[in-house]
Amino acid sequence: MILFKIAWRNIWRNKLRSIVVMVSVVLGIWSGLFIMAMTLGLNEQRMSGAVDTYLSHLQIHHPRFEDDYNKKYTILNRKTLEQQLDTIKQIKAYTERLVINGMAATSKGNYGVQILGIFPEQEKKITKISEKLVSGTYLYKLKRNPIVIGEKLADKLGLKVNSKVVLNFQDAENNTIAVSFRVEGIFKSNSSVFDMGTVFVKYQDLAQLTGLEGKIHEIAILCNKIDSADSVKDKVYTDNKVETWGQIAPEMGYAQQTMSSFIYIFMGIILIALAFGIVNTMLMAILERKHELGMLMSVGMTKSKIFGMIVLETVFLVLIATPVGVLLSYWSIHYFGVYGIDLASVAKGLESLGIGSRIYTNLPKDMYFIITLMTLFVAVLSAIFPARRALKLNPAEAVKAN
Amino acid sequence: MKVIQTKNIFKIYNEGKGNEVHAVNNVSLEIEKGEFTAIVGPSGSGKTTLLNIIGGLDTPTSGNVLIENTETASLKENEMINFRLHNIGFVFQSYNLIPVLNAKENVGFIMLLQNIPEKERTERVTSLLKAVGLENQMEKRPNQMSGGQQQRVAVARALASKPKFVLADEPTANLDSKSTTDLLDIMENLNNEEGITFVFSTHDQRVIDRAHRIITLEDGKIIKDEKIK
Repeated sequence: MILFKIAWRNIWRNKLRSIVVMVSVVLGIWSGLFIMAMTLGLNEQRMSGAVDTYLSHLQIHHPRFEDDYNKKYTILNRKTLEQQLDTIKQIKAYTERLVINGMAATSKGNYGVQILGIFPEQEKKITKISEKLVSGTYLYKLKRNPIVIGEKLADKLGLKVNSKVVLNFQDAENNTIAVSFRVEGIFKSNSSVFDMGTVFVKYQDLAQLTGLEGKIHEIAILCNKIDSADSVKDKVYTDNKVETWGQIAPEMGYAQQTMSSFIYIFMGIILIALAFGIVNTMLMAILERKHELGMLMSVGMTKSKIFGMIVLETVFLVLIATPVGVLLSYWSIHYFGVYGIDLASVAKGLESLGIGSRIYTNLPKDMYFIITLMTLFVAVLSAIFPARRALKLNPAEAVKAN
Repeated sequence: MKVIQTKNIFKIYNEGKGNEVHAVNNVSLEIEKGEFTAIVGPSGSGKTTLLNIIGGLDTPTSGNVLIENTETASLKENEMINFRLHNIGFVFQSYNLIPVLNAKENVGFIMLLQNIPEKERTERVTSLLKAVGLENQMEKRPNQMSGGQQQRVAVARALASKPKFVLADEPTANLDSKSTTDLLDIMENLNNEEGITFVFSTHDQRVIDRAHRIITLEDGKIIKDEKIK
């Protein structure tokens, strides 16, 4: 008990130094947790952006469709597949699409696009393009050949709502056709690449123009939870190819893994810096108290008790600082989770990565616990070196030190 | 009864390097229980080194130290620490109290290390601080006391473990005349009334004048050993 008392009072002997250590622990925890929350938030936004705009949780295609996006590879046994999908309870909704590669052209220029022939009402249940319109409406107003395009493409081709755009593509017989569409809506998603290269038209219009009536290239499925994707995939028995979002866009999974690695590297750097700070401060504290430690050794305090006393001092400092750091982190992560961090200055770069210009921090509760434990562990570990130095003191020499 | 015996103690620094220093050179001495002994000599004569060797804070290059019947050189490090805790009291030149503990806690600290029950501890702390005339200063921390008062607390602390003897290394070096006299009075009383053995290293004439035995060192050797009373 006396060790606790001495260690506790020792940390208040040099208040400024102790406060500096505590502030560094607070900042260490906060910066670690906040960067982690920012990275996770960013990644989640990127993922949900992709899932919400196009990807969904699962997609089904003809086994050869993705080789070269050839329009002849339409879904096999569509009706049977639909019946099967209707029975799987983990599926929240699904939608069917025609996917044709083509070219959008106006007098201002032309650009390669992927034309998605969709069922607007069904599509709304899967993707959120209808909620991301910056002008116009979502394929219900115009009767003939309406089209919804991305803002970026609209800017490039000088299009506005009600403007005409010509789509060039091949029909089922490989005849190139050029058809005029009228812009009904302009959307802006998190991804400038998607906005530039994807347009939405009504299924019936595209099917009729391409001669692919009754056929589809793609079924996009939304599950009740993203984690159910694998389980749903296992339940679908078909000759078509069923892929989860991770398989369709493996770069998303890699990005997530890379970001996770970066988080730990970054956290490692912060913790190493923190450890050096603690080692430095505790070494100073020990060198200043050389004569006192020499006296303690002389009068019969065992090395293990001296070791324990020095480690305890660090533990006390960290135990005071940790809750402050965690609370500060919790508050700031929660705040920026609601209001977001405005990164308008780097919006272009973020949008090209499929992330909006505002980042919403997000951190699972267990991460607070893990980071706190890691900080405590590093703090105690970094107290060991100074404590060992103290044990190496020669009591006869230390007791005479000034 | 012999409390301390040293037999042919040598302490050689830089041994075999051509610039050897014989800090203690073949010192053999015996100190009986209840002695009030001063080890004197000029700076560098080996007083502190000899005291450190007797107290087990330093090891001799050769020779034996016997504390009562224990040969301290054969003790392992932790055994030596424990031996010091139970057998030797230390008073240092610069008091070396624990600054974050008050007088009462500083004195009781040694007994806590000895796992003495609280009741006995409290009684002994009170009686020791009373013996050194600090019964009214028990709650004060070192920085609230004068140098003389701090050194008296250090004496009380040294006695707290009921040691076989007290080693005091230049205990009056940082004290003024009045504090030195007070401290010497206290230690002499404890010696006379309770038979506590004190061994000082000093070159303070005021201490030498009160010693009952004076051992004079020069270049690490005993050149004179005289009993005054």
